[in-house]
Amino acid sequence: MADKMNMEILRYRPEQDEKPWVQKFEVPFTHETSLLEALCYIKDNLDGSLSFRWSCRMAICGSCGMMVNGTPRLACKTFLRDYAGEVMRIEPLANFPIERDLVVDLSDFIEKLERIKPYIIPKEEKKDDEEYLQTPTQLEKYHQFSGCINCGLCYAACPQYKLNKEFIGPAVIALAYRYNLDSRDAGMKQRLELLNQESGVWSCTFVGYCSQVCPKGVDPASAIQLSKIHSTTDYIISKITPGAD
Amino acid sequence: MDIVKADVAIVGAGGAGLRAAIAVAESAPDLDVALISKVYPMRSHTVAAEGGAAGVYRDDDSLYKHFVDTVAGGDWLCEQDVVDFFVDRAPRELYQLEHWGCPWSRQPDGRINVRPFGGMKVPRTWFAADRTGFHMLHTLFQTSIKYSHIHRLDEHFALDLIVHDNQVQGVLTFDIQNGIPRLVLAKSVVIATGGSSRCYKFNTNGGIVTGDGMALAYRHGAKLRDMEFVQYHPTGLPGCGVLMTEACRGEGGVLTNKDGYRYLQDYGLGPETPLGHPKSKYMELGPRDRVSQAFWQEKKKGRTIKTPLGDVVNLDLRHLGEKYLHERLPFICELAKAYVGLDPVDAPIPVCPTVHYTMGGIETDGKTACTIKGLYAAGECASVGIHGANRLGSNSLVETVVFGHVAGDEAAKFSREVDFADQNKTEKEAEDLYAASRSIIGAKGHDENMGRIRAEMGQTMDDGVGIYRDDASIRATIAKLAELKARYKKVKVSDDSNVFNTEWLNAVELGFLLDNAYAMAYSALNRTESRGSHQRLDYPERDDKKFLAHSLATYNGDDAPTITYGSVKITKLKPAKRVYGAEGEKAEAAAKAAAEAEAAKEGK
Repeated sequence: MADKMNMEILRYRPEQDEKPWVQKFEVPFTHETSLLEALCYIKDNLDGSLSFRWSCRMAICGSCGMMVNGTPRLACKTFLRDYAGEVMRIEPLANFPIERDLVVDLSDFIEKLERIKPYIIPKEEKKDDEEYLQTPTQLEKYHQFSGCINCGLCYAACPQYKLNKEFIGPAVIALAYRYNLDSRDAGMKQRLELLNQESGVWSCTFVGYCSQVCPKGVDPASAIQLSKIHSTTDYIISKITPGAD
Repeated sequence: MDIVKADVAIVGAGGAGLRAAIAVAESAPDLDVALISKVYPMRSHTVAAEGGAAGVYRDDDSLYKHFVDTVAGGDWLCEQDVVDFFVDRAPRELYQLEHWGCPWSRQPDGRINVRPFGGMKVPRTWFAADRTGFHMLHTLFQTSIKYSHIHRLDEHFALDLIVHDNQVQGVLTFDIQNGIPRLVLAKSVVIATGGSSRCYKFNTNGGIVTGDGMALAYRHGAKLRDMEFVQYHPTGLPGCGVLMTEACRGEGGVLTNKDGYRYLQDYGLGPETPLGHPKSKYMELGPRDRVSQAFWQEKKKGRTIKTPLGDVVNLDLRHLGEKYLHERLPFICELAKAYVGLDPVDAPIPVCPTVHYTMGGIETDGKTACTIKGLYAAGECASVGIHGANRLGSNSLVETVVFGHVAGDEAAKFSREVDFADQNKTEKEAEDLYAASRSIIGAKGHDENMGRIRAEMGQTMDDGVGIYRDDASIRATIAKLAELKARYKKVKVSDDSNVFNTEWLNAVELGFLLDNAYAMAYSALNRTESRGSHQRLDYPERDDKKFLAHSLATYNGDDAPTITYGSVKITKLKPAKRVYGAEGEKAEAAAKAAAEAEAAKEGK
């Protein structure tokens, strides 16, 4: 026998609604039912106009970030069984403009991601049948920070981003750090120009909530703190090396 | 209507689409590329591929061995000249990804590491732990940011292609976020929209994998080739279908039935290999079609395990140990914990076969050109000819980059030979197409529930065109699909808004799926033989006299597609019995001896 979950979902359709409102649903669930499946159930059976992003169902495409009782989570990796007896309140990711219903406008995040040059700026050219040697230890240095799925949960959790939308933010700094640490890369100097700005690593006040909500264990908070070391070194070198910019 | 002009338009921004865009940007930096995707590129389903990408790397491997594994694995329904090209280009594309920053797993000395995979004689699967597709996709996406001539149209849904006199002129898109149509006028178009496994209910695929590009090309007269060949991945999680990568078995995981018996030895894959010592082309490293078929047989014999979510067998990784599992298969550990609540370090994972991949697709030549001029297709949406009747694991990720690259180059070349179509005429046509597409919204008398049609389609495909099928089961599915297509014409879409109207777009996707499903079912009905992933209970033998041929489905609107057959290019590997395990090794030795005798004779 399936249990029932009471869900309250924030709705906002820019063409019809003056402001967001809450719609209530009762959804049957079993031990396996994920929040994503519950939302699909609502869309197929109760109200087809509810909009949300989703695709992979396995916590890798990063589409279905949303607030669950105030906490940023992936809908596909959230299970109704863990909220049995409670009311689930589902809202779009905090700190982003709402586009519609549970869909937020991610363009600020995407623009920042593009800005930090998230690609290898090579030290040396390689022939097309030859790899850069990279030992497991060298790989290990940056590997964790390459696991970001761009879901945006860390931005929804970040108190600094909430106050200051100029802040580059956790995931993008982690990505910059990932390339800075890559033994194949020589682009750190270019990325530090951005990371050293006021909106860069120094904006972070190290609350660490970003790492707590990260569904992939990327730990952007430590990437930001460690980036501060790069930034400091870069600053000192620029002061003691005549002519360096 | 809002109009964007691009020399090359690319629909789909997964592995193939991104690689095509970069190819144009690098080889033809004066050309403008419009990269159209209904999702942000890193959401594309390439992201979910886990195990790896095949390319010859080791000294004991050769291009010929990769060729033989691929052609035999495809039960000889491969275009052998295309496979030759593919295996030759594969390593170069994988090195290219390495140069772009893909975090390939390494040997202690810093060189690339490769792992064994099903049906592959020598370990040649490059991997980035068990998130290979994720890393390839993010590497390609992030690299694409370097190129200012790639204009991304993120979250733009491709509603239709504009085709005049069998030549493509552009793509009618819908800007989902802003809620407006946008016409992309283009001199050439690359389709890279992925497969159509969401035709089935129980599958490993993301919700976006709805065969959009296949259906659009098909409706405009391109043929869908070999659509009866649908791959069941042997190891999906029960209920949700989430993929447990073949790398689990490549790294030494074993499959056991309810008695703890490694049953694959009963199905031409034995003898049993020692625990923790996987052997290429034996047992758990058999090809996917055979391993999935063995499950079906075990279930019939009552030797699978009953669970509330259906019958399963056990995928046992425990003997690999915690450290190794966390190094090689961390994502699998995460997924098993999240979706079945167990840790593979301590407990076997329940698994069952799940629809995973469409071997067939839009017919192209070996250089990705479709029969519609100016139109190219690459990746899972295409049938370029390398997978035949059964794809080997880790051949498809590398296909996206090998043929994405080719498609970009070819589309760039074509765009230099032609002009844009007449804008006024094209715009008028696009407006009419857009109006027709929107006309289902709030339409009078439309009262069919979309979710129900989708669920019934998935169920009938699972039931009638599954791992084993026969005339009666396929006909029942065809009858059901005909009913669903009729009901779809009355599908209810009540949301009349523009911004992020997913109800309407889901309805458009359902239309794509129904057309593709129809092509799959009719192609399966007419192929009265068993080959690779297409197993007919009523025709259990392979029939090379009649069916060493590609099926070709031609779209006929509401009517049944016309199924015709095209020849298969055989160059150096003549059709032979497809065997694995000890029998495979014997056959290999015999072939080698024969070749040596032949060479000796010629030498004299």
